[in-house]
Amino acid sequence: MTAPRPAPNARPEKALKATDMADLLIELFSEEIPARMQSKASQDLKKLVTDGLVEAGLTYEGAAAYSTPRRLTLAVHGLLAASKPVREERKGPRTDAPEKALEGFLRSTGLTKDQLEARDDKKGQVWFAVIEKPGRDASDIVAEVLEQTIRTFPWPKSMRWGAGSLRWVRPLHRILCVISDEAGSEVVPLDIDGITAGNQTEGHRFMSPGAFAVTNFDDYAAKLKRANVVIDPTDRAEHIWADATNLAFAKGLEVVEDKGLLAEVAGLVEWPVVLMGAIDAAYLDLPAEVLQTSMREHQKFFSVRNPKTGRIEHFITVANVETSDNGATILEGNSRVLSARLADGKFFWENDLRVAKADTQPPMKDWLDALANVTFHNKLGSQAERIERIAALTREIAPSVDADPDLAEQAARLAKADLSSEMVYEFPELQGVMGRYYIEAAGLPSEVALAASEHYSPLGPSDDVPTAPVSVAVALADKIDTLTGFWAIDEKPTGSKDPFALRRAALGVIQLVLENGYSLKLDELLAKASEIVGLRSRVEDEGFADSNDIRRFLHDRLKVFLRDKGIRHDVIDACIAMDGNDDLTLLVKRAEALADVLKTDDGENLIQGFKRANNILSKEEEKDGVSYELDPDPKFAESDEEKALFAALDQAGAAISPAIEAEDFAAAMAAMAVLRGPIDAFFEAVQVNADSQIVRRNRLCLLNKIRVTCGGVADLTKIEG
Amino acid sequence: MAEKTASAPEKPRSFQEIILRLQAYWAENGCAVLQPYDMEVGAGTFHPATTLRSLGSTPWAAAYVQPSRRPTDGRYGDSPNRWQHYYQFQVIIKPSPPNLQELYLGSLKAIGIDMDMHDIRFVEDDWESPTLGAWGLGWEVWCDGMEVSQFTYFQQVGGHDCKPVSGELTYGLERLAMYILGFDDGNEMPFNDPDTAIPLTYGDIFREAEAQYARWNFDVADTDILLKHFEDAEAECARILEQPADDPKNGRRIVMAQPAYDQCIKASHVFNLLDARGVISVTERQAYIGRVRNLAKACADAFVQTEAGGWAA
Repeated sequence: MTAPRPAPNARPEKALKATDMADLLIELFSEEIPARMQSKASQDLKKLVTDGLVEAGLTYEGAAAYSTPRRLTLAVHGLLAASKPVREERKGPRTDAPEKALEGFLRSTGLTKDQLEARDDKKGQVWFAVIEKPGRDASDIVAEVLEQTIRTFPWPKSMRWGAGSLRWVRPLHRILCVISDEAGSEVVPLDIDGITAGNQTEGHRFMSPGAFAVTNFDDYAAKLKRANVVIDPTDRAEHIWADATNLAFAKGLEVVEDKGLLAEVAGLVEWPVVLMGAIDAAYLDLPAEVLQTSMREHQKFFSVRNPKTGRIEHFITVANVETSDNGATILEGNSRVLSARLADGKFFWENDLRVAKADTQPPMKDWLDALANVTFHNKLGSQAERIERIAALTREIAPSVDADPDLAEQAARLAKADLSSEMVYEFPELQGVMGRYYIEAAGLPSEVALAASEHYSPLGPSDDVPTAPVSVAVALADKIDTLTGFWAIDEKPTGSKDPFALRRAALGVIQLVLENGYSLKLDELLAKASEIVGLRSRVEDEGFADSNDIRRFLHDRLKVFLRDKGIRHDVIDACIAMDGNDDLTLLVKRAEALADVLKTDDGENLIQGFKRANNILSKEEEKDGVSYELDPDPKFAESDEEKALFAALDQAGAAISPAIEAEDFAAAMAAMAVLRGPIDAFFEAVQVNADSQIVRRNRLCLLNKIRVTCGGVADLTKIEG
Repeated sequence: MAEKTASAPEKPRSFQEIILRLQAYWAENGCAVLQPYDMEVGAGTFHPATTLRSLGSTPWAAAYVQPSRRPTDGRYGDSPNRWQHYYQFQVIIKPSPPNLQELYLGSLKAIGIDMDMHDIRFVEDDWESPTLGAWGLGWEVWCDGMEVSQFTYFQQVGGHDCKPVSGELTYGLERLAMYILGFDDGNEMPFNDPDTAIPLTYGDIFREAEAQYARWNFDVADTDILLKHFEDAEAECARILEQPADDPKNGRRIVMAQPAYDQCIKASHVFNLLDARGVISVTERQAYIGRVRNLAKACADAFVQTEAGGWAA
């Protein structure tokens, strides 16, 4: 074996100084990394390596991370070529301290006794340790940090391969790690379980096979580009989107935007080649959602719409290779696979339509019957039983949301029929969407059809909320049944565990009620739902859904929901403390009015005045063992301030009562805010605990009047601060 | 294991030619070409050459065709691409060689897929077999958007960590052949040489049997008998594994892992038949899968007590 020749760009040996700058290039080359993991992995690589470098004393100017299906890349520039030497002095025990103390000090410093210095200190002679850490070459530090990074990399799932024990997302083949400056570049010496770091990488698997050496990031990026690899996923995504839209535009078509798919597809190719093909005419009549779902889920195709017809007529696929026939073979293959898939889809669609259109009573009877054999939950029974419950509850809810009870009940009975359809079996994510098509095909009212597709909504805080009354009725019943049912079998969410998505169901109820502004008495509905669950499920006697507990759960979710809208939790607590808190719309009206008033000076001070009145009153009531609830008599008022407060309270009271009656809480709060001045003035001038018992009692009753007058919208004692 | 380049650039002309070329290719690349296991299995992975041999540290390299049965996939021979009886081609190499991807791509070339004209992709697909207590990471391999193989690095089998790791390749032969031979209806593709005196299509050979099995699987199979078969297989598996390692007759150490595993295979297939008969509810399903998994785990425990499984006296 001959001695290895130095690489052409080998850096001449020289002593590195801590002020010299260098660039670092790392590439971890492996078998195909799952697309969904690439972006986070490249960011993790950047963070772990740069954090490690900085911790070891190597600062840098900038770092950028990239990824392709086969590699994670990190480029760090302006890296210190060596860490600075560190000198640290540490004061130890006195020289006459017990031996134990000295031993501990030696252990913590890693020095021996003869390396310590004895110095004079205020209190006598003290041991000093001088620890000098020499500066280290970047290359040593990088090797250490990179090895640590690779061995502890936070992949969501990792694996072993061959006979080794190293873990990576898929087998790791190469580690490229070079440090470079104007003088040249050198490989960082590193060996991890038999993988020796080098300066080589590989190009595109098929278009540019074989390894080649690189010297720095610019050289790396340029050579890879020539070797048919675009290392930046953003560049690949932009390229794909530009080519896709251009191809579509040239035919007068438009690509259906799908950012998730774009990111995924960009993670499946190193050299994107965008191809557009036509969907076989036999399948163009399939619902757009079916075409889109089938193409996205199975083939990772983009859908291309004809704006004139509104139909999905073409597809876009992204290949990883350029071919001499410009992708004709690839496109033909993809078209054939798509046709086979869509043939399945068409088969399901036509079979399903036959069931939907069959003249049965009720419509889609076969599907509904089949749901008797589908378990929703062991203890809560089958889907059919669940539908019975939802239908009964929907009927109860319908009048409160302006829905026709018969129509709403029919909608509830059919909304989940599509769960038995072949299409939904194949594409579960099309539940509801297919139901709408099938109900329309059955010739039933459009409100009923719409409810099928909308009753699962909203599925999160940013999801659209149904507004059609029939949809709202079914959607509410669906969620309330879920909550009540799982409460009855004691499957409430705990901590981070919420396997039945009950928090989402509760939020759904809140959104449906609030966004539509319905005034619903939830307690009644929860009681009704609980009764229905008891009658129509397999819940035994011990199963009981405590409505109060569910309402508390709803209130907790409401707090989270309103906190995101900037309303403080104490404001909500103050309103929850009022009667009628199961009417969420009313509750939120109160909270908004209170929150608005609290933003003003008058409001803030009113709370202070109210609290002062309340505190004094509570204290005296406790002391005296009585409640001062009588109407105070103005004739015992002594000072102008006291008389003024009497007048102000009467005036405010006259405005507040009708406002609260009309649920105009803003007006009520405004009338209360006016009291701020008179209350402040009263406390300024008047001593509540007067010598005369009559006057004192009257004043305490006056304070009570403040408490009562200000308590009409919310329990202000709950307001913090 | 060095990659040997394929010697046949021409496209194959029949289903059997694809099988023959795969066998020749993997034989050339160092695999023992085995014959199918003589029992009804749901997939090639069930062959003891994969399940059992992926356990322990003894090196292993095998390739074989495995006829497989999935009763619920029966379509009476009417579907262009679904049969309750179908073929898988399986390759298993332990430890997985560093060039397994290249070896695999070489096999595609050997069956007539020109890498310069097609788009080959490795798309994330983690494999898990709840009945075998096994999982691994890997991909489904796409050729022009069609899944042509499963590629898996076994991490665990029968509840045991795989050390070393086996690399497993599974080719779905019908789909792959339809693609290479250019047929949309699998029943129409030539099984043997189409120019021979007696040309036979895939449908000529299987269509009728497909209808017969579909009828039996879905409507006729006696569920009481099947339930009894399941329980018998389960009991026999346990009984075999209860036996002492040393044979009392001759004093030799004989751990009967494979006969026990046969009973596990049997139970698994009977479960699939019961499933096709529609007599297993959703909740029972999990329980049955758990019972088969327990058998698989017990067999794996026994296999690592054999010499092939790495046991040393």
